[in-house]
Amino acid sequence: MTTTTAVRGEVAVRMRGLTKRYGDKAAVDGIDLDVRRGEVLALLGPNGAGKTTTVEMLEGYRRRDGGEVSVLGQDPGCPDRGWRSRIGIVLQSNADNAELTVSELVRHFAGFYPAPRDPDEVISWVGLEAQRRTRTRALSGGQRRRLDVALGVIGDPELLFLDEPTTGFDPEARRQFWDLITALRADGTTILLTTHYLEEAEQLADRVGVISAGRLVAVEAPAALGGRADRAATVVWTDSDGRHEVVTAMPTGVVTELAARFAPGEVPGLQVLRPTLEDVYLSLINRTASTTQTDDGDPR
Amino acid sequence: MTTPTTTEISVPARTDHPATDRPATPGALRMSAARTGIEVKTFFREKDAVVFVFAFPVIMLAIFATVFGGDDGEAFQVGGVSVPFPQYFLPGMLAAGIMLSSFQSLAISISIERDDGTLKRLRGTPMPPISYFLGKIGLVLATSLAQIALLLAVAALAFDVDLPSEPSRWVTFGWIFALGTAAGTVLGIAFSSVPRSGRSAPAVVTPVVLVLQFISGVFFAFNDLPTWMQRVAEIFPLKWMAQGMRSVFLPPELEAGEVSGSWQHGATVLVLTAWLLVGLVLCLRTFRWSRRDAG
Repeated sequence: MTTTTAVRGEVAVRMRGLTKRYGDKAAVDGIDLDVRRGEVLALLGPNGAGKTTTVEMLEGYRRRDGGEVSVLGQDPGCPDRGWRSRIGIVLQSNADNAELTVSELVRHFAGFYPAPRDPDEVISWVGLEAQRRTRTRALSGGQRRRLDVALGVIGDPELLFLDEPTTGFDPEARRQFWDLITALRADGTTILLTTHYLEEAEQLADRVGVISAGRLVAVEAPAALGGRADRAATVVWTDSDGRHEVVTAMPTGVVTELAARFAPGEVPGLQVLRPTLEDVYLSLINRTASTTQTDDGDPR
Repeated sequence: MTTPTTTEISVPARTDHPATDRPATPGALRMSAARTGIEVKTFFREKDAVVFVFAFPVIMLAIFATVFGGDDGEAFQVGGVSVPFPQYFLPGMLAAGIMLSSFQSLAISISIERDDGTLKRLRGTPMPPISYFLGKIGLVLATSLAQIALLLAVAALAFDVDLPSEPSRWVTFGWIFALGTAAGTVLGIAFSSVPRSGRSAPAVVTPVVLVLQFISGVFFAFNDLPTWMQRVAEIFPLKWMAQGMRSVFLPPELEAGEVSGSWQHGATVLVLTAWLLVGLVLCLRTFRWSRRDAG
């Protein structure tokens, strides 16, 4: 397909028909997806869509009920120590090991791996140098999350899972966090992350997989998601008659025409709008949501 | 020898090696030792654990010995033999201490660790599960031995209790300690699955331990309890541990004063071993690395 896969010829994660049921409800309903080596893939979806369940089956935490899965060439259903030493996991936020200091915890976890990164360097890399001797209970939410990343990468994993890494962050902290992920990507780490922030998926991911009600409804580069690049633009302006909107495949022509009409002045309130990732995402989610509702036979 | 590379610009250095030549994962024993260190550190940083598990029997010994003992050499009378109060309370406090340091400590801490994600995080690393359990066993041994040393020191130095000098008594002490901590450890690990959340763990575990202490002859003389209560206590390990400790620290003449008229060493071995086996089976069948709600 792409040059990357042609050259590297390898997938880090391969899912075919991945399924997980709770009772008669399918939390994950037949997902087919490949994560290529070296790419950042974001699983995007609303809460309860099945993102975490999917990732936890790949991490070896949960057993699948159906389908075939391979993670770094092995079935995560029977994880062994060698395989675990090649993956890194950043779970949803927890408050564990509250009494240990940053340095103690990172060093302790380094001892589990055959070829760990240097604990001190990892601590300063995630920006916790000043908190080295701070007990983790005293860390802020953002610091805690950076510690989670430190523990996730201390073993120098080939593949890193990040489950909703920045939930609850302020924009500044989120941006700092993104820099860490970008650096890891540049270093060649394959990353599979889940998020319900569109901006995060757009910023970090090579490809975005949209999950809704346990199904994968789209997988694309963020810019191409849902045929976004090809979608019609809306040209908006306001004159004495009020607000006008023209939906067109050729916005340049419309703008030229408007420019001529209002020359030599400005076109009042001129805007050219393309569907945002959010528009596309919401339409994808709503489409599946309404399908699901019909399937369930809900009264209207 | 592998050499660290410094080719990365922004990510910390990694040791470079071909995928086929990855070094072996570190040994389980070394990791177990590291786990023990982390467990002991965590234990002594949690004030709750230090007060209610570690110091509790020592405080109780001091209170009982002071309230009932006094300075006038008042003593506990059994069948014409008189034993100073501190000496009479010491065996019960040692047995209670073993139970607190093993059963209560593990049941509460593991329950909290399951709830707060410690267990799940560890399970996601190459650390072998056995290292986690060996770390807990290391914690129990370290805290209970330190606690026993403290109890014996306080009893001997502050309350003039004569500690036994016959080696055979210390052999008895040794096997009661070994069987008691072993049973308490596996039962504590098993019981950690009972509380529904980490927050409710102390509220669920503490009363169980407290009730057992009251009916097992830790705070009151076992003979003074109603017969039905004695029968109930005989089902559980603490009664046997306390009785065993009495056989170590009290004069032999008191053996006749026991309910059965004997220290019952044989029955003690059987009951504690049975609980050890029951606990092991329960651990193997019920231990979970993640919360109940996590599928």
